[in-house]
Amino acid sequence: MNKIIIIGAGPAGLSAAITIAQNGEEVLVLDEYMLAGGRLLGQLYEEPTGNWWNGITESENLYEKAIQLGVDIQLNTSVYDMEKQNNQWIIYTDNGTYFTKNVLLATGAAEQPFAIPGWTLPGVMSVGAAQVMTNVHRVKPGKRGIIVGVNVLSSAIAMELQLAGIHVKCITLPKKTKLAKESGDPLEVMNSLLHVSHMAPSKFVQLGSKLMKNDLMKKMGISFYPKNGIKMWDIPIMLRKAVIEIYGDKVVEGVKIATITPDGEVVKGTEENISADFVCITGGLYPLAELAAIAGCPFYHIEELGGHVPLHNEKMETTIEGLYVAGNITGIEGAKVAMSQGVVAGFSILNHIQDGKFNNDIEKSIKEIEQTRNSAYIQFHPNVEEGKHKLKKHWENYIGKELCKMVK
Amino acid sequence: MTNRIIDHPILGKLDQSESVSFTFNDKQYTGLKNESIASALLANGIRVLRKHEESGSTRGIYCNIGHCYECRVTVNGEQGIRACLTPLRENMVIISGEKLLTSVKDWRLDNE
Repeated sequence: MNKIIIIGAGPAGLSAAITIAQNGEEVLVLDEYMLAGGRLLGQLYEEPTGNWWNGITESENLYEKAIQLGVDIQLNTSVYDMEKQNNQWIIYTDNGTYFTKNVLLATGAAEQPFAIPGWTLPGVMSVGAAQVMTNVHRVKPGKRGIIVGVNVLSSAIAMELQLAGIHVKCITLPKKTKLAKESGDPLEVMNSLLHVSHMAPSKFVQLGSKLMKNDLMKKMGISFYPKNGIKMWDIPIMLRKAVIEIYGDKVVEGVKIATITPDGEVVKGTEENISADFVCITGGLYPLAELAAIAGCPFYHIEELGGHVPLHNEKMETTIEGLYVAGNITGIEGAKVAMSQGVVAGFSILNHIQDGKFNNDIEKSIKEIEQTRNSAYIQFHPNVEEGKHKLKKHWENYIGKELCKMVK
Repeated sequence: MTNRIIDHPILGKLDQSESVSFTFNDKQYTGLKNESIASALLANGIRVLRKHEESGSTRGIYCNIGHCYECRVTVNGEQGIRACLTPLRENMVIISGEKLLTSVKDWRLDNE
């Protein structure tokens, strides 16, 4: 068997599979979850047009389309290793071993945690965990929760939890530590929040963000930021309070919270307990790239892309023949960007197999990624574009060096 | 199952037509066919899925998508199964992990 193998049945992987199957090649998609869709499954938000982006329906549509085109999708299958031997990839899963010449890694993203005292107590979970429980499995993560970590992901999910009738008491910062440095710094968080302010229905937040274009205003904004937070979707967002500890006997019972200075230092004597039966921790998403690492891809740490990304070019090719990447493994962005990246990766694989027949399609679909990116409703990082540019430079350097080696 | 979100303003009504029964630590529960073991347990109010092998401290789901391995349980006799990734089936026998003996470590405390 020598089908093209795609690892990850999220928006990127499924879009690639559809593109490949539409052009007559056989493809196998592997995913360890019980449903296809990946992180897209949990997504639920209202777009500026008034339409709801429903991740479950979107996932089902992609899945159905792929199945109709004859794509083989094997769920509940974890890939735990891969290696190249005799010009073939060997993919090891807990459901058998597969062989192929072309692999697409569309493994998505994982969430960065903070190690707050008490974070191993049952009832403490990543904000994505609460999202999947609520929207996909329709089980409440709890009755009253607190979200630790203020970012695009947590603000969006807080709204989704409210929508399902779960009370989110507040969104607040973690205590500033060496590990949770930026996430615990009110000014840094304020900066990152300003570019999602268009999502806030509160006129106050929208107006405030317009006033805070320069650094001095931002500092003043933090200094005068109300201690009890500003409400967004009726949930107080507290930039001047931080969670010091999560407490509970056997399960979560609440958090200890304190006022912090504009620099993020705890003001002694301001500690108080807030009760809660679940706590979400969120340090944002990072590309899930272990398989690219074992496959031997060079990596670069690019802040704007959310972490370490495997070196790749615009065509979604890595430096290793027969290995491609698409979706959040290439940098943290929305599902729509992931889908258009999947299409590019699909065409690149087809082009490789069918000797350059798809050059025009690749070029066209690369342009579509940029259009999708520019019109994205949620930008996970304001400077994604710059991150992509950095990666392009690394690619050019790498290719330059390889060429030099060949000449020598 | 009071922790279920039955009516959702956007996602609509929850389909509860296919329920299955299972046991967790010898107690009988019901859940929905093909949902994750983790969600079936949480819907029944169960947060503690195991105890840490060495310290005995309680653990539950953390990431809910298979990365963190905090939710591992024993299913039909097989150890180390991730509750968040495993679909619930009729008559599943699920057991939480307990604290294990640390005989060698304990011996060292008094003998080194």
